[in-house]
Amino acid sequence: MKAHVLQVLAHVPDPEVPCLSVVDLGIVRDVTADAVVITPTYTGCPATLVIEQSIRAELDRAGYAHLGIKTVLSPPWTTDWISDEGHEKLRAFGIAPPHHSAREEDAICPRCTSTHTEMISRFGSTPCKALHRCLACGEPFDKFKCH
Amino acid sequence: MDRALSDYAMRLGDDSLILGQRLSEWCGHAPMLELDLSLANIGLDLVGQATHFLMLAGDADRLAFHRDVLDFKNCLLVEQPNGDFAQTIARQFLFSNWQELQLRELSGSANETLASIAAKAVKEVSYHARFANEWVVRLGDGTDESRARMVQALEWMWRFGDELFDVDAQLDPLIAERIAVDPRELRAEWEARVTKTLAQATLDVPVPRRGARGGRMGHHSEHLGHLLATMQFLPRAYPGTVW
Repeated sequence: MKAHVLQVLAHVPDPEVPCLSVVDLGIVRDVTADAVVITPTYTGCPATLVIEQSIRAELDRAGYAHLGIKTVLSPPWTTDWISDEGHEKLRAFGIAPPHHSAREEDAICPRCTSTHTEMISRFGSTPCKALHRCLACGEPFDKFKCH
Repeated sequence: MDRALSDYAMRLGDDSLILGQRLSEWCGHAPMLELDLSLANIGLDLVGQATHFLMLAGDADRLAFHRDVLDFKNCLLVEQPNGDFAQTIARQFLFSNWQELQLRELSGSANETLASIAAKAVKEVSYHARFANEWVVRLGDGTDESRARMVQALEWMWRFGDELFDVDAQLDPLIAERIAVDPRELRAEWEARVTKTLAQATLDVPVPRRGARGGRMGHHSEHLGHLLATMQFLPRAYPGTVW
């Protein structure tokens, strides 16, 4: 059942980064006999409620109305839980995936792969992203913050 | 729910809630777009943390929207007006550096819920502290105008720092049970951090002055009432209304 539920949830997009599913994003932590266990990305992320509703709808549609949704805070979500597939999807969508680097300001341009970039702002359009600009191709882009 | 634990969760929640609401006042008014995004995002994190702490304390919505000034337990620092951008940064600088240390320690709390909220929130707050530190340096070591404003802002906010490290009879038993953080143990590290950033900003540490205290006991400055009037208007005018 667990594998099938995860397959079902792979169709639930994140409302703010719709190229990623809630499974790619790593917020689905477990599927137990009676519940899907999820964890929020950021404590104040306004998408949390929408995500829960979308998961509910998808579970009901697939015949898992008996499964509840349980939210846990611990261990805290980290971008390390974004799947490899998720990284590829982000890049294709024009968002630099999170990567651990010596300096937080470093990024790789998702358009031209140049590392000659600068950070414009620590905070972007959503809590999970920062604003960068590519100095090679001139394109401004979002980077998923390491968290 | 144990009254002492509930009160402690309320202190933590109120600090985040009130500062989150304050920062939201910048939305659409910040000096530039990137700062508008930054301040709104920091506010959002704080309101998210407040939700979790207040859920532990009781009914989060009721606590946020149906308490009056005297029942709020936030420190005086967070309710201070935004002032100019330098004043907002000075407030954030003193608070986020303290909150990061507090949450780091709280993530080891004997209370599992407090520990899990803190472990999650500390990651967000370390980012707030970095943002505030960078701006203290940029304004302090900037133009004559930005420097003068930063100096003035720190002068104004400095008196609210002492309260962050106070303990009282309500906190003592929780500290003994390892549920609450002993804020006195954070002071030396906080001072070292703040002093280091001020040195980078080529600014002097403000001269100590008599600390303003009382927030934890509900003795607030006049500013909190005005903030609550804005924040609580809708649910008070239309009780039970839904979005």
